[in-house]
Amino acid sequence: MSPLPILAFVILVLGSLQTIAQYTSALPEGVTIGSKAPDFRLMNVDSQMVSLASYRGAKGIIMVFTCNSCPFAQAYEKRIKELHAKYASAGWPVLAINPNDPAVEPEDSFEHMQQRAKDSAYTFAYVADGNQTVAKAYGARRTPHVFLLRSTKTGFVVEYIGAIDDNPRDETAVEARFVEDAIAALEKGNVPEVSTTKAIGCGIKWREN
Amino acid sequence: MSTLVTALYLLCAVPSAPPLIKLDQLEQRIAGGADTTYVVNFWATWCKPCVKELGAFDKLGRREFDRPVKVLLVSLDEPRQIDKVEQFYTKRGYTAELVLLDEDKPHLWIDRVSKEWGGSIPATLVVNNNGKLREFFEQEFSYEQLETTITTFLARLP
Repeated sequence: MSPLPILAFVILVLGSLQTIAQYTSALPEGVTIGSKAPDFRLMNVDSQMVSLASYRGAKGIIMVFTCNSCPFAQAYEKRIKELHAKYASAGWPVLAINPNDPAVEPEDSFEHMQQRAKDSAYTFAYVADGNQTVAKAYGARRTPHVFLLRSTKTGFVVEYIGAIDDNPRDETAVEARFVEDAIAALEKGNVPEVSTTKAIGCGIKWREN
Repeated sequence: MSTLVTALYLLCAVPSAPPLIKLDQLEQRIAGGADTTYVVNFWATWCKPCVKELGAFDKLGRREFDRPVKVLLVSLDEPRQIDKVEQFYTKRGYTAELVLLDEDKPHLWIDRVSKEWGGSIPATLVVNNNGKLREFFEQEFSYEQLETTITTFLARLP
């Protein structure tokens, strides 16, 4: 092989490697169990800003990355409302965060969020993570994606990451309620038996560069 | 023996409606694939980016490679929506093989497909049993990206 074809070959290989690197660029890992919860400042559908300080006095926060548009988020909407109804008064309110870029998914615009919160009578905060920094800080990947935070003397820590329960398709066939089980364990001063789970969901609609 | 019969059936059958399969069956299918490279795309009719890239997978399935490649489209729609899935699919004139995964409890089976899988779709598994190569992609593909990925994968096979 003369030098020129070798060079051409090398350029070809490097070129294809670069292409691969471009589309497998990894998202940040985010938090793990025991991590200090990163703070944030996001606008709620009532136009008030919400941060971790808004939950002073709470035992914890059921933080759910969710949205209007995803069918799995829709399938879980009722269950998210039920979690808040059951646990907010016990000190574990729901905080719903919409991480989707409305330019990619118009149904997830702030106006549509306000409409959804009104139509579905949300009694918990539903905030927009407009520049997606919170989703990246936590390592949220899909909707819905739960991060259960527990209040400690030095701030909130992450205690559970994953699904709400074990059956997105059929609420009546749910056997394991991961979030509820984790809260029950934490209430007793124990570590949740199951601290991470995976679930099928809609990938977060990341801003297109 | 019954495993072999099931495997043969799965290899030969060309059903009109997408068959419901369990993850066990999918794993057997891949394990029995010998030197065939399986490109297994997990998608759903409700997933916009999945629908957008589905045509690229169908096109890949019709492309000739110098080694055997089989595209398998695994729908994660609900089994009771099987008719909707079939309609959606036939309307677009796709020819790649389609199955519908009949599994509840995703927290139990996601890791069996890949530990790397966070759970969002589209997701694609590229696997060759004889070559002991397995790659997983939790991302969207254009046709060009897909072709490059598969060509690179095939070049790595022994």
